[in-house]
Amino acid sequence: MFAYIVRRVIATIPVMGIVAIFVFSLLYIAPGDPAAVIAGELASASDIARIHSQLGLDQPFLVRFGHWAWQVLHGDLGTSIFTNQPVTELIAQRLEPTVALTITGLIIAVAFAIPMGILAAWKAGSWIDRSVMAFAVLGFAVPSFVLAYFLILVFSIELRWFPVQGFASLREGIVPFVSHLVLPSFALGLVFSALIARVTRASMLEVLGQDYIRTAQAKGLSNTSVLLRHALKNAAIPIVTVIGNGIPLLISGVIVTETVFAVPGLGRLIVEAVLRRDYPVIQGLILLFSASYVVINLVIDLSYTLLDPRVRY
Amino acid sequence: MTPVIPRASIEFVPARRPSLIRDAIRRHPTVAVGLLVLALMTVAAVFAPWLGTIDPQKISPIERLRFPSVAHWFGTDMLGRDVYSRTIYGARISLTVGIVVALLTTVVGLAIGIVAGFFRTIDSIVMRVMDGLMSIPPVLLAIALVTLTRANLWNVIFAVTISEVPRMSRLVRSVVLTIREQPFVEAAVAAGTRLPAILWRHILPNTLAPVFVQGTYVFASAMITEAILSFIGAGTPPNIPSWGNIMAEGRSLFQVAEYILIFPGIFLSLTVLAVNFIGDGLRDALDPRLARRM
Repeated sequence: MFAYIVRRVIATIPVMGIVAIFVFSLLYIAPGDPAAVIAGELASASDIARIHSQLGLDQPFLVRFGHWAWQVLHGDLGTSIFTNQPVTELIAQRLEPTVALTITGLIIAVAFAIPMGILAAWKAGSWIDRSVMAFAVLGFAVPSFVLAYFLILVFSIELRWFPVQGFASLREGIVPFVSHLVLPSFALGLVFSALIARVTRASMLEVLGQDYIRTAQAKGLSNTSVLLRHALKNAAIPIVTVIGNGIPLLISGVIVTETVFAVPGLGRLIVEAVLRRDYPVIQGLILLFSASYVVINLVIDLSYTLLDPRVRY
Repeated sequence: MTPVIPRASIEFVPARRPSLIRDAIRRHPTVAVGLLVLALMTVAAVFAPWLGTIDPQKISPIERLRFPSVAHWFGTDMLGRDVYSRTIYGARISLTVGIVVALLTTVVGLAIGIVAGFFRTIDSIVMRVMDGLMSIPPVLLAIALVTLTRANLWNVIFAVTISEVPRMSRLVRSVVLTIREQPFVEAAVAAGTRLPAILWRHILPNTLAPVFVQGTYVFASAMITEAILSFIGAGTPPNIPSWGNIMAEGRSLFQVAEYILIFPGIFLSLTVLAVNFIGDGLRDALDPRLARRM
């Protein structure tokens, strides 16, 4: 088991290496010369050349990449071209809303999807099943920003239950924090829950056809016990896997949801950085998002042994 | 000499011939709906100038922010442009991006996947790169690529294609890996068939079914990615109306003129839904095993 963990962790290194090369190449091929920007309009060609060698821009690609990767490994993602702040500092400032939004979005997605999937599989072919499948198909087709505006229209503008936009830090009190978070979390979570519900239903259907389920029912166990203790536990692996595979959906959802609800998080930060062509910030955020995707999938891979003791490495 | 056909045999028609189309609609209602919606959107895109539209860029300050009415079916935006015309013209961008990205991704994915699946040495390198690219969420990858160039339609198409290719190549490769072990490939090798002919005649045709299914899903997801790019301001330039950038322009006015966002939003959702329906139908038709699992 320990050997497997070590092998699995080592396997992520080439993957992150490719990500790092891609991210570094962004700045390398990006149009515009940072030295010319720093030197200003009155600089001569020799001034620019001097700044080039000061910044190490005259070095070959691999040397520059090595230098940059070394800094990244030491937690230095460079400085923003636009605000002159270190990228890590910018990320730290914007972290709270995104973490709060992703966690609540994920909770909503799972809390909706798994009961729906279980019910649909249990009552396969019934109207419950058909409405869950309709939800799954619709939820997957409606882009999260369309859903977000629909939620704002109904719950903020018509019913006035929640604020239209913005974010309140947890330090400002629990009520404003939650009320600002409800709609964005639903906009983010519902699309994701469509995906999870579909897989939960499929996985449960497969397990419910097994002999041990019939045995459990025959010995008089309650439906809840059969569905949750016997069936769900054995159907868990595909469900957990799809949650991991769906992380990119969640990340694009965060970018869009934060834009719609004016939430000052990492998604908003990358949109601002893209519009200003602030490459160090774009690089830092792509690295961060991809690394979290890789790490989450690593954790999910390792969790299989906990979910199913039969899985051995 | 031409044989003489008795008249009676020509006029012979069975009493009730089952209508193929009606039968297909009854058995696959979602596919029929999907095809119908996609056909309507295609008609809208192709015949946009003749569908009661006016110039989608025509600014008319006195008519700004009009609520939907007989004169302006979907209302007007903050510059007095007709939202109906913009939405109909917007179909051109979404469908073009969807179709072109799906075709390019299929061709490139097939090429990479077949080569990687058939040649072990290339496989390990190419698939490492694909794994790396796959760990960058597609929307982020597309955003990053668009920032490198000026935002025009072709750059958006290339950026979205590159973000979709890794998944397609992985799929093709996994299919090729199972096909190359089949007896008919062995037989072809034994018969002395040249390698290009094996790849073209024996491997390629057998990968097409899953690739077509995946291609329709790429079509749908490319339209969403394009809309997201335009929505955050990194996609098609504002002088070409696309569903994403019509919505982006309506963003700040949502509380007073929600219709600017709602109509393109409905068009986008319907089209994506239609393409997904067609994809599910194709998947069920081509691979019944998968159908039961999903």
